[in-house]
Amino acid sequence: MTEGLPRLESAGLDAWLVRLFASIDEANMPWITALMRDCEVAFGAALIDLVPSYTTVLVHYDVMCLDGREARDRLAGVLRGLAPDGEGALGEVKELPVWYDASVGPELERLQAASGMEREAVVAAHGEPEYRVFALGFAPGFAFLGRLAEALVLPRLDTPRKRVPAGSVGVANRQTSAYPRVSPGGWNLIGRTSARLFDRRREGFSLLRVGDRVRFVAVGRDEFERLGGDVSPLVERDAGKP
Amino acid sequence: MSETTALHVERAGPLALLQDAGRFGVRRLGVTQGGPADLHAWAWANALLGNGWGAPVLEIALGGGLTLVAEDDSTLALAGADLSATLDGEPLAPWRSFSLRAGQCLAFAAPRAGLRAYLAAPGGFQAEPVLGSVASVVREELGGLDGYGHALEAGDRLEFVAARRTLREVPVDQRLDYPGMPWLALIPGAQVGDFPGESLYRAFNQTWRVDERADRMGVRLAGAPLACAIDGMISEGIALGAVQVPPDGQPIVLLNDRQTIGGYPRLGALTPLACSRLAQCAPGQAVRFVAQSRERAQREHRRFLASLAEGAPFSRGG
Repeated sequence: MTEGLPRLESAGLDAWLVRLFASIDEANMPWITALMRDCEVAFGAALIDLVPSYTTVLVHYDVMCLDGREARDRLAGVLRGLAPDGEGALGEVKELPVWYDASVGPELERLQAASGMEREAVVAAHGEPEYRVFALGFAPGFAFLGRLAEALVLPRLDTPRKRVPAGSVGVANRQTSAYPRVSPGGWNLIGRTSARLFDRRREGFSLLRVGDRVRFVAVGRDEFERLGGDVSPLVERDAGKP
Repeated sequence: MSETTALHVERAGPLALLQDAGRFGVRRLGVTQGGPADLHAWAWANALLGNGWGAPVLEIALGGGLTLVAEDDSTLALAGADLSATLDGEPLAPWRSFSLRAGQCLAFAAPRAGLRAYLAAPGGFQAEPVLGSVASVVREELGGLDGYGHALEAGDRLEFVAARRTLREVPVDQRLDYPGMPWLALIPGAQVGDFPGESLYRAFNQTWRVDERADRMGVRLAGAPLACAIDGMISEGIALGAVQVPPDGQPIVLLNDRQTIGGYPRLGALTPLACSRLAQCAPGQAVRFVAQSRERAQREHRRFLASLAEGAPFSRGG
């Protein structure tokens, strides 16, 4: 671990930020998930919320139950006994079926041009790795997955789209993700998944959680439709507008 | 009397949202916190009726013609901004509970002081919780009367259990002076040392103006820009009131509907009471930051919660 870490940083009246790592790494995540579970135990009913992300966990507690020092002491205790989650705690690899097609992934061609790879090779390179969920944010159920192969790195779009259809699979820099529902977005779209990423009626609500392992599985149009995927092409309603 | 009654929404203003304390335990899924932008006034609206913490209240921004008609007699309470409220045409001042008779019309016009008023009903307005809360978040389509985060619309019914309560008012020393320039208490954060001395001095010694870009997600402040030694960070969880400084040097105070994670350096975080005060500031309003220790902020917050529990004295009026 980097010198000076882990560290507890003040994050306002009723929160501490636990900084565990200095850089993004798949190997951070078993520590992050273990820290979350240990915090749930150590704080019990005094815990209001936890926000895990790449290298940190924000711990929001009830200021009527604990003062800042008491909360800090509990976190120090958690850190002293912290051990990373083992393979057994990771659960199954979650698979997201993806229809890679220019009609729903307009930047597929841009990615081919940038990488100098054929379409099939791009699809294979996106689908090959077992990704880790580093964080959820931006929108409910939107998971930041990494890390993407170097060959597939593209910056975000200069002008974000005002409307990205639900299920759109995108890449940006060393990460990839899928949009849980219609929203604005600036990632390069290369396909669409039929997976329901966020569902208010499902237990746990989000298909993906921080620390999960994820794989994209290429499917043809027929299979995508059979799985309930939406094949309607992406319409650029406001192309060229900021 | 314990029958469900309702306020009928005859006309909707620009933005009236049902808000309980917020949506907790799901920020790890990317779900925002929501809840009242002005916790102070929201909590007093409930306290005036003896409601428990978290009872759903209507947050009314700007007023703008919102018109509600009572289906039955009841006691309600109003706190926060003065939005030129009237009851059957008669002025209705905030920070007190009041009697409402069947058929009476409660209307909100233009803000005179502050931006957001809080209307509470005995036991709270009723709605089905979504992800554990009725807090309305328009962007995420969560909460509110229909479960999809919509602002109040004409034709909606705000249901509650009609009840008579003793009329009370909020102690004068607990009401906030909205037109005055607020000193916003800021608890310094971990990146405060990454701002050069001159920028830190400026942060706490210049008057900031509330920018036009101000909503429930965040409030942008305009002034001489702040420099920071770091221009971006790996995204991490963002607490309520975090004062982030993007590369343009203009601070943004992040409020209830902020995204769950972000990657700009932060001066620190405003206290919940300072967030409440900021949420009542219109664009152009001058504000100042004042550094506050975490210990003192905690004492003041606990004192606020204790004053709510002590309750409000009886109203002189009827």
